[in-house]
Amino acid sequence: MTALASALPSAVPCGPEIRHERGQRAVFCGLTGIVWLHRKIQDAFFLVVGSRTCAHLIQSAAGVMIFAEPRFATAIIEERDLAGLADAHEELDRVVRRLLERRPDVRLLFLVGSCPSEVIKLDLGRAAARLSGTFAPDVRVLSYSGSGIETTFTQGEDACLAALVPDLPRSADESLLVVGALADVVEDQFARLFADLGIGNVRFLPGRRAADRAPIGPNTRYLLAQPFLTDTARALEDRGATRIPAPFPLGAEGTTLWLSAAARAFGIPSARLAEVTEAGRARAARALAAHRDRLAGKRVFFFPDSQLEVPLARFLSREMGAALIEVGTPYLHRAHLAEDLALLPDGTRVTEGQSLDDQLDRCRAARPDLTICGLGLANPLEAEDLATKWSIELLFTPIQGYEQAGDLAGLFTRPLARRARLEG
Amino acid sequence: MQLTLWTYEGPPHIGAMRVATAMRGLHYVLHAPQGDTYADLLFTMIERHGARPPVTYTTFQARDLGSDTAEIFKQAVAAAYGRFRPQAMIVGASCTAELLQDDPAGLAKALGLPIPVIPLELPAYQKKENWGASETFYRLVRTLAPAAPAPERPTASCNILGPTSLGFRHRDDLREVRGLLAELGIAVNVVAPLGATPADLGRLGQAAFNVVLYPEVARSAAQWLEKTHGQPFVETAPIGVKGTTAFIEAVAALAGIDPGPVLQGEGSRLPWYARSVDSTYLTGKRVFVFGDATHAIAAARVAAREIGFSVVGLGTYSREFAREVRAEAAEHGIEALVTDDYLAVEAAIAAAQPELVLGTQMERHIAKRLGVPCAVISAPMHVQDVPARHAPQMGFEGANVLFDTFVHPLMMGLEEHLLAMFRDDPEFHDGVAPSHLGGRPREEAETAVVAAAVTAATPVVWSIEAERELKKVPFFVRGKARHNTERYARERALPLITVETLYDAKAHFSR
Repeated sequence: MTALASALPSAVPCGPEIRHERGQRAVFCGLTGIVWLHRKIQDAFFLVVGSRTCAHLIQSAAGVMIFAEPRFATAIIEERDLAGLADAHEELDRVVRRLLERRPDVRLLFLVGSCPSEVIKLDLGRAAARLSGTFAPDVRVLSYSGSGIETTFTQGEDACLAALVPDLPRSADESLLVVGALADVVEDQFARLFADLGIGNVRFLPGRRAADRAPIGPNTRYLLAQPFLTDTARALEDRGATRIPAPFPLGAEGTTLWLSAAARAFGIPSARLAEVTEAGRARAARALAAHRDRLAGKRVFFFPDSQLEVPLARFLSREMGAALIEVGTPYLHRAHLAEDLALLPDGTRVTEGQSLDDQLDRCRAARPDLTICGLGLANPLEAEDLATKWSIELLFTPIQGYEQAGDLAGLFTRPLARRARLEG
Repeated sequence: MQLTLWTYEGPPHIGAMRVATAMRGLHYVLHAPQGDTYADLLFTMIERHGARPPVTYTTFQARDLGSDTAEIFKQAVAAAYGRFRPQAMIVGASCTAELLQDDPAGLAKALGLPIPVIPLELPAYQKKENWGASETFYRLVRTLAPAAPAPERPTASCNILGPTSLGFRHRDDLREVRGLLAELGIAVNVVAPLGATPADLGRLGQAAFNVVLYPEVARSAAQWLEKTHGQPFVETAPIGVKGTTAFIEAVAALAGIDPGPVLQGEGSRLPWYARSVDSTYLTGKRVFVFGDATHAIAAARVAAREIGFSVVGLGTYSREFAREVRAEAAEHGIEALVTDDYLAVEAAIAAAQPELVLGTQMERHIAKRLGVPCAVISAPMHVQDVPARHAPQMGFEGANVLFDTFVHPLMMGLEEHLLAMFRDDPEFHDGVAPSHLGGRPREEAETAVVAAAVTAATPVVWSIEAERELKKVPFFVRGKARHNTERYARERALPLITVETLYDAKAHFSR
């Protein structure tokens, strides 16, 4: 496949050099988001309407979780469903009824669209509205798309959260909404920090339970905790909320800038901010010092995966002293990432999209000290004697905030430390 | 629509990938949406491949739908040929591309590549993974080993058909079977798909007969070779001592060789181990067997006739082989379970009340939930079932492996008797934790270990919030976190552990 690469004038003068590439993409589809979303919203169930491939993907991605009575499943489309559409809706109703009889604890059901359901134009939005009518008030039914043709990996979370937004109650009260699924422990730390700063009325999206719905309105300011929430942000703005621009809370610097953006928006004096964050900053600095020696001067290459790449690259270059060869990202939201992009070293090569074989050629030619990539590439690159860090772990591990800054650095230093041990 | 949580088999194009990845010099171009590349990691992670599977995906997205997808497919085929220069290619569609109007066969043909390009029709909404592997292998053999006048064929020569990537123990089974054939003096002409090139498939006709190790993958191809090349085939699975013996007799008969010397050789330790007195407690233990047809049938035979268990359940998810499994179940006086719904398997296991389950990754978890010992004998498997050590199921060494595999999950006989005799012994009943934890319930023991490790006499107090925060630490490192925090607090003579202390300690020890 021919790659279409073009350097476009960048939004940030003398900032990173942003390029686009098209071709074969080795990425997950949005269905994968279910793996962590179903843990986050504790009474939600995710029903994928798709093929055996979809079921197989989730099974492969969820690994051992599939056996703990997880709250996700696939309604596998069969030949007779493809024959006529009317029948598909009856089939779906039958499957949902059976499912909810089996799982009476479920309060929120997501019908998740897939490539096959979208290609045959199965209207899941209508199905969700119809089923909501049937099962109200016990169960609300929403729909979103996690298909590969529409979404890449973490965009599945974006689509899911965007589906929650119209469902939130309205309120004109002043409030702060933190958006993006975070590990519970991280969420609690942030809640404490906001409380100490004196920002009242702080809520998180998604909530931990279906009933936990943050009221929003014209006096809601929202702070993105994750960089992949394009549609969710748009849906929040449609409801009158305003975004607080900030870099993402990865590393000590990222966390401080993220918190200070919120503090500024709520008129908290900077002295108060310094006081509240002092202990966390000191702890993070101590924890990071341990890892800096290993990463300083190391040349790092990111394959596109989750859209976390730009803020992670910013953390590695500014706080760990790493050199960035290429920062691949599946999609680049210029506005949401403006603050992070501005902090990247001038001339950093940021690639949006992918042409897999061409990118592998560049990676091999550069021989980076550390390559951040998916599990389909990690062992093959290790076999070529390139150290890798598998990227999915960055979604399944608590990495945001002060207390996790050291853990975040540790994810990158561990493969290097391991190689040193095995070669020693 | 079928409500599915767990699927024993992937879609048929995964079967095609298993054949392509097993071979060399073959490339697969798969018309598939973005995201379907997840399948790569089955090979790179579960089997730990050091190279990407030889598969190019078109990874089309919504914006490409319409006429664009056909163009993308053509470009992908041309680019894959240009980059990898394979001897042959296979092209086809995944479930989503099957719904589009593109025609991979026609599009690939239009390119006029100077190599065989074999189109695959894999109906994703009717068929599954093993069928896909079988169909792919059959199409490859049919195209690359066309019927030709029978060459001069040495009678003692065969092909070995069936081993693939992601096959349960295929790597080690092949080594065992090659060893047996070498002992018999039978030359192996081609092994396929595993390790074969398209050119090797062209040489299939030069052997006298075929050995089919896994009918799920190779029966169709072997039947076609029998019809067109006049090659008979052996399908006896060499699993267990009796199975291996029958296999040796069958291949020796086809090759016109006396199997006597090989059958009188070293053989396996299984028969003596099964006769030794410690194995008497295995007599009549109730076993439930589930897996693909080949492995389920063979495991049931070994369990019943070579170890002396009672087979109380036998089933398969391979509908294509339901007849064979039903016949085998009748031999054990039971009715076969043919289903791909794990809930039906779970219900059948619960009803049969077995003392041992032999199954797939899924049965391992069902057995765990039911508190029954279990061993894995069939795909689908997890990374631990692709071991570093030599661990065949086939041949005489395979029989040794099976004995260990079936018996290890059970308690050793003596231990079982002692438990029965001293059921109410306070230190020795089945409700206590392992003896090295002092026979106390686990959590208490954990705290005791931590407490014992601390010599300082100063008590440390945890605030309620800090205790709650500690609970958020994953359980497998919580003990360490508690210990480190207390040590940190003691060293600084802190009267109370707060949330701050917990994180101060975390930062301190992360160096």
